Amino acid sequence: MQKLNIELLTGIFVMIGIAAFTYIAVSIGGVRFTEQPGYTLTARFTSISGMQAGAIVEAAGVRVGTVSDIEFDPDSYEAIVSLRINQGVPVQEDAIAAIRTQGIIGEKFIKIIPGGFEELLTDGMEIYETESAVNLEELVSKYMFSDKG
Amino acid sequence: MLKKLENIGTYTLTGLEQTGRTFNLLLLVLWELARPPYRFYTIVRQIYFIGARSLSLIVISGVTIGMVLGLQFYSILERFGSVNLLGAGVALSVIRELGPVMTALMVVGRAGSAITAELGIMRITEQVDALECMAISPNKYLVAPKVIAGLISVPLLTAVFDSVALFGGYFVGVVMFGVAEGSYMNGMIDAVEWEDVRLGLVKSVIFGVLITLICCAKGFYMHLTKAGSQGAEGVSFVTTDAVVLSSIAVLFSDFLIGAIFS
Repeated sequence: MQKLNIELLTGIFVMIGIAAFTYIAVSIGGVRFTEQPGYTLTARFTSISGMQAGAIVEAAGVRVGTVSDIEFDPDSYEAIVSLRINQGVPVQEDAIAAIRTQGIIGEKFIKIIPGGFEELLTDGMEIYETESAVNLEELVSKYMFSDKG
Repeated sequence: MLKKLENIGTYTLTGLEQTGRTFNLLLLVLWELARPPYRFYTIVRQIYFIGARSLSLIVISGVTIGMVLGLQFYSILERFGSVNLLGAGVALSVIRELGPVMTALMVVGRAGSAITAELGIMRITEQVDALECMAISPNKYLVAPKVIAGLISVPLLTAVFDSVALFGGYFVGVVMFGVAEGSYMNGMIDAVEWEDVRLGLVKSVIFGVLITLICCAKGFYMHLTKAGSQGAEGVSFVTTDAVVLSSIAVLFSDFLIGAIFS
């Protein structure tokens, strides 16, 4: 009886521990065992200024994807950003990908501004219209050191 | 003057000797684990002792830490008008730092001291020698199950601590202070990435091995130190030593792991 008791309680403890870990990893940590269905688009920016892979892609303020990869193109001196867009989110051919900041000093994210064309982009295609990051310090220094006559 | 120098030399040498013995014990344990016979039941009993019986302590301290964090973060964030970051602050500090460290310290206090005392008494009453006489490897029968149980139990206890602490923070933030539930939960989910969970997991696994190993080595090799000749007083001496050393080891390796993995 004593032996059975210890084994039972140990089993319960292990199950509670595994349940707690699964909760932390899946619900809070956002681990996905299967990749969310979607498609990948690329976009070129002259400056992404500090954006990291894993940044959020938004459309109309709703999270519709993530930045999956950032590469540097040595020929054109531009950043090539891969965007993983969720299934069922249409991106038109003339849509604009713009880098924006949450608040004044918050994290960078990519905002998709819809276009008017009917043709939609499919997996592997490129968003041609982009707006690079606005650098607050550059703007401030431009203003401070500009000749105000 | 010369005597003082000699003392410094003695301390350094004993320190090195004990560190060496502790890690030597780890190698011995790994070697013993690879060899049959495999004794699963001894491991289950140790998991019960280190893990299952610490559960109530971990739940209580987890809720308390979560509530304290909720309280403190709330009063700080309120000054900057960014109460919506409460969930992110509580979740990140619990999952990355406080969960693994507090759990490890609790296990040191509850189970580590008991391990050292048990092994120390077995050593001075020559029960370890009796095992050897019966051709039972004391490393395999006494030490290995404890280290493996630490390796399994501490990460599981940490996961329980984390989820309970998040609930404690939720209670203080949302129920008591009326932070919006959505901003607490979603802030938490947005802020915590797999990297943070992984860091906590790596920490708790290393702490689990480290504290059981130090506590086992302190008691098991008691006869090789000065305390070995002091009987019951010696046991109390090595137990205190084991608790102090493993707590310091936890805190210091916490910093090291944090510096390496981030």
